[in-house]
Amino acid sequence: MRSYEKYFRMNRLPHIWCPGCGNGIVMKSIAKAAEQLGLDQDNTVIVSGIGCSSRASGYMNFDTLHTAHGRAIPFATGIKLANPKLKVIVITGDGDCTAIGGNHFIHGARRNIDLTVILFNNNIYGMTGGQASPLTPTGKKATTAPFGSVDTAFDPCELAKAAGASYIARGTAFHAKPLVDLIAQGISNNGFSLVEAITQCPISYGRRNKMGDAAGMLKWMSENAVPLAAYEKLAEEQKGDKFPIGVLYQKTAPEYSAEYAKVIKLAQGGK
Amino acid sequence: MGIEITTLKERCKGCNICAAFCPKKILAMDTLGKVYVTDEKACINCGQCELRCPDYAIYVEKKVEK
Amino acid sequence: MSQARLMQGNEACAEGAMAAGVNFFGGYPITPSTEIAEIMAKELPALGGTFIQMEDEIAGIAVVLGAALAGRKALTATSGPGFSLKQELIGYGCIAEIPLVIANVQRMGPATGQPTSPAQGDVMQARWGTHGDHPMIALSPWTVRESFDVAVMAVNYAERFRTPVIILLDEVVGHMREKVVLPKAEDIEIYPRRKPNCTREEGYKPYTPMADLVPNPADFGTGHHIHVTGLIHDETGFPTGSSKVTEDTIQRLHQKISRVQDEITHYDEFFMEDAEYAVLTYGGTARTAYAAVKMARQQGIKVGMVRLMTIWPFADKVIKKVAQKVKKILVPEMNYGQLVLEVERAAAGQAAVISLPKYNTEIFTPKEICTAIEELATEVVK
Repeated sequence: MRSYEKYFRMNRLPHIWCPGCGNGIVMKSIAKAAEQLGLDQDNTVIVSGIGCSSRASGYMNFDTLHTAHGRAIPFATGIKLANPKLKVIVITGDGDCTAIGGNHFIHGARRNIDLTVILFNNNIYGMTGGQASPLTPTGKKATTAPFGSVDTAFDPCELAKAAGASYIARGTAFHAKPLVDLIAQGISNNGFSLVEAITQCPISYGRRNKMGDAAGMLKWMSENAVPLAAYEKLAEEQKGDKFPIGVLYQKTAPEYSAEYAKVIKLAQGGK
Repeated sequence: MGIEITTLKERCKGCNICAAFCPKKILAMDTLGKVYVTDEKACINCGQCELRCPDYAIYVEKKVEK
Repeated sequence: MSQARLMQGNEACAEGAMAAGVNFFGGYPITPSTEIAEIMAKELPALGGTFIQMEDEIAGIAVVLGAALAGRKALTATSGPGFSLKQELIGYGCIAEIPLVIANVQRMGPATGQPTSPAQGDVMQARWGTHGDHPMIALSPWTVRESFDVAVMAVNYAERFRTPVIILLDEVVGHMREKVVLPKAEDIEIYPRRKPNCTREEGYKPYTPMADLVPNPADFGTGHHIHVTGLIHDETGFPTGSSKVTEDTIQRLHQKISRVQDEITHYDEFFMEDAEYAVLTYGGTARTAYAAVKMARQQGIKVGMVRLMTIWPFADKVIKKVAQKVKKILVPEMNYGQLVLEVERAAAGQAAVISLPKYNTEIFTPKEICTAIEELATEVVK
């Protein structure tokens, strides 16, 4: 028993995720970040969408909300605006967040509303058995891309940045320790935070793309994830499959619920 | 002072991540596909197994003398 | 005595919702419902409430579901195309038992249709739009003043039964202006948010039904650490694959409404004492029907009118009684014939049911309905 486990609903474990699935590693990082920050379980709400990663809400010991496919961010927006004292964390997957929920994702970022979105990116629709998502890299195979995906993938971090998010970080399941800090900083940021957590789906993605077992996929992360500063020094031809990790972007910007509180004050005759 | 490795077989799904990342190669899967420790004495308490266990099925701790 | 005001149906609906305690609005602009959002944007902050314009119709209902779970009384407003988009999350509100009011100011469809001509084409969508089995409460006002009352009632029902309630306005009522006198705040009954009956330590289960078959899930942020999901769940709120729990849940969701069906069936009768024919009507069409019935009465035709405010659950008992009393029931509707199917079912052959549909963007004239009544009265019943 570890001290961060108080943030789990222990009676709901073991979780439903497949052997080797990285979601458990990312969920543990969220619990550890909660412990690091001493989050009050009475004042924190976890909101998720639909998909493998979105099952995490049921295992976490807070008020938790498992919404509809793609809609976690607008539900979370309602919770935050209804009671701005609450810390609201969104758990979502690549399909949930960037396909069916893509519009909500960019508008949440645009508002810079104080939500922390933890995007479990396993590059695939896992729960439905391995269909291509907007984060499936070009050329990778999926049941709906049997000859390799011809789509260009989003970079969700760049997307969030362009849309107005004030904290953007990327980590991986291999880099489990730094992921805790990236999440904790995201939760501490007063605005829309995105933490993209690269996680492995050995069953529906790795196997089909000959990436080895779970450990093999984690090793791939260790070889290809490069801290931002080092990544920026790489020559274009060195980049290949490599991607930057760490805090990718930060800014100070007005936060939506605080801005709306000013509207209330104004409407009530205050300055 | 020694190192104690606790495994929770009811949680282990036998994914082999712990064994793959163990620098001393002292973890293995049994015939039922659950983790077991082959040589606890060789453990150096690096915590790599616990760090990446997706199922919270393995814990490593320094034994505290009572 | 409150002052008389000239106001729109949409405005009265917004005022009624606020009078009933709505302090959160989320939505997306769509004619002919937009005035509701505009009024909320202006009025709510002064009351300490919150308005947010969302990026699309789905977000518009998601945000109010979230706000309702965090303790607010919440409203969204839309019209046909938007109502279609909101359907999945209406079902979410049903299964997760979240109080929520959706004002749907109907316009002519399908799709973008004939914007934004009046219609009553969403009657069946209101009942069956979302997938799966679920109960539904839908209320349709016929005057501006009643738009206020229906909004109050809808908010109270949503809270009491913890279910989505639909205010089925139509463009006629929504945009019509009438002189109204609104009730004083102290005369408005408000159903408060249901509270947990015990603490977490005492074994609180958020979805345990109370005597009225409605559970008391705690608001988020009150220390109960509840789990809410759109999956079928047991009393703890957590999903289960149990066939028994699934069956019991679907049954309870229906029964929590059906057990009070008589109480929540609201309707008016006019000239029914000696009626041989009846006009069964609702919403904006009821206003024309009323004029038509009076015209027909002047010609000596013994015709009455039954006006439904509660569209869903359907007023089976009311229709049965009417069917036993009259020879024929005329059902004028601004659609291809929707509620008439329910009237036929409930009348069960006891009276002839005649559909009078209209779907050409124009509202009925009293003459049209009166002519149909005259035909009823002259035609020999086979």
